Amino acid sequence: MDNEVKRNIIIDHYHNPLNKGLLEDENYTKIRVNNESCIDNIVLMVKVEDGIIKDIRFDGEACAISTSATSIMIKMLLNKSVEEALIILNEYEKMINEQDYDESIIGEAIVYNEVYKQPNRKKCALLPWRGIKIIIEKE
Amino acid sequence: MKVRDDFPMLRKKIIYFDNGATTFKPHIVIDSVVDYYSNYSANAHRGDYDISLQVDDAFEAAREKVKKFINAKTTEEIIFTSGTTDSLNMIIKGYFKNHLNSGDEILITKSEHASLVLPWFLLGNQIGCVVKYIDLDQDLKVTIENVTKAITNKTKVIALSHITNVIGDIRPIKEISKLAHQRGILVMVDGAQSVPHIKVDVEDLGIDFLGFSGHKMLGPTGIGVLYGKLELLEKMKPQNVGGGMNDIFTSLKQIDYKPLPHRLEAGTPNIAGAIGLGAAIDYLEMVGMDNISKHDQELKRYAVTKLSKLDNIEIYNANTGGSIIAFNVKGVFSQDTAIYLNKHNICVRAGSHCAKMLSDNINVNSTCRLSFYLYNTKEEIDRLVELLKNKDILKESL
Ligand SMILES: Cc1ncc(COP(=O)(O)O)c(C=O)c1O
Repeated sequence: MDNEVKRNIIIDHYHNPLNKGLLEDENYTKIRVNNESCIDNIVLMVKVEDGIIKDIRFDGEACAISTSATSIMIKMLLNKSVEEALIILNEYEKMINEQDYDESIIGEAIVYNEVYKQPNRKKCALLPWRGIKIIIEKE
Repeated sequence: MKVRDDFPMLRKKIIYFDNGATTFKPHIVIDSVVDYYSNYSANAHRGDYDISLQVDDAFEAAREKVKKFINAKTTEEIIFTSGTTDSLNMIIKGYFKNHLNSGDEILITKSEHASLVLPWFLLGNQIGCVVKYIDLDQDLKVTIENVTKAITNKTKVIALSHITNVIGDIRPIKEISKLAHQRGILVMVDGAQSVPHIKVDVEDLGIDFLGFSGHKMLGPTGIGVLYGKLELLEKMKPQNVGGGMNDIFTSLKQIDYKPLPHRLEAGTPNIAGAIGLGAAIDYLEMVGMDNISKHDQELKRYAVTKLSKLDNIEIYNANTGGSIIAFNVKGVFSQDTAIYLNKHNICVRAGSHCAKMLSDNINVNSTCRLSFYLYNTKEEIDRLVELLKNKDILKESL
């Protein structure tokens, strides 16, 4: 995918993120994640039923990479089983950390395949996934 | 200013606008530290041999330089610490903890640094003193009227940055001290951003306590200063006890402490740091604090004028003096702007700058901050302005 296309996808998700805005609903598990730099700050809420991720919502103020990565993550994980989600997450982390990964399951998140070239952006791309990991590993 | 050749870091092809965070070091500071480690690397106050005496002399000479630099009365009023954070914590925990009561009020503002706010919050939890806020005016400045309004008969302390690290305004500390002292209120000042940039004269300001950091004024990291009026420091409890600060001890009940300043400096001090700070002061005095202030403020005015002409830039503190500019590119998150500029080798800081409560006042949670110092130039600002004219900053930050 060429860079221009990747950037456009990222900006699209940044400007129109999926499922932004939290709900008052006790069936969700909530988590706040932020970066040491203390700027990116995202709250995720996740509803898992019978081992399936039924819904993820988020809110917060964060950079273009963190925000778009959250939106893309939500798109990818909705209606996946917890096991499938963990596999996707694992491949995603490998991609961000410049290790070999399975491109066939990365989906739209492929737009971040060169983030490793900007070390200061890696933590942004990983931010929402760090949060989701904590929640679904408990499931 | 003809100082750029003195700073090895400036040989790198970067433009550094994050002097509020820390500053580059001139050769004479680096050399003084290397000289200590290479030529007379011994402990202080252990003077049975020549090099140790040499250390004592250099260490105490640095204290003398600090004393003169801020116009303290005696070197006993100058305590070396690890930095502003350490100094402010010591003042609050070592002095105020034992001199305030439940219900006593401390006045601060919403633009103070975490290292001033948090020790006060903590003390509030411990002893029940109450932190209250002086309102900021529409330019986020502290006015005498608002200070007067905030004072009650329970106010015991006014604790403020001399210059804030987000907005960069210079507070009228001298007038505030006068007002406070007429009412028996003590004044504690965070000098982290002022001592490096303007002439700070504790006698003239009339303040009771001051803390500042070496690394923000061309000195090494890990060294800072606590100034306190002698009669107040006399009553301050050491937070740390140990070597170098006691005279004799036979039991818990019988410990005789050394006199000031050593009583408040337990353990082997940051000797190299103090010597480096002394060299930094020599350098600042050589250039002249007035020249530095003028230069910094001139750069700010220049940058504000140029940036104001760009319609995609929002400046939050155009009307304050000082050498700090807080801005955002419209529609771009501060961190994305900082990353875009970094791609062009310009260092600016994005974030809430450790003054998290200020977002109540300016309705933005994070900004990009430019903070200038004596080695910055108008050419550097021209380059920044050129880059900020770009309409694709967000995209190019990715
Ligand atoms: C206004 C202000 N106060 C306190 C500090 C803390 O200084 P240090 O980190 O050197 O202890 C800073 C530095 O960030 C500051 O700008």
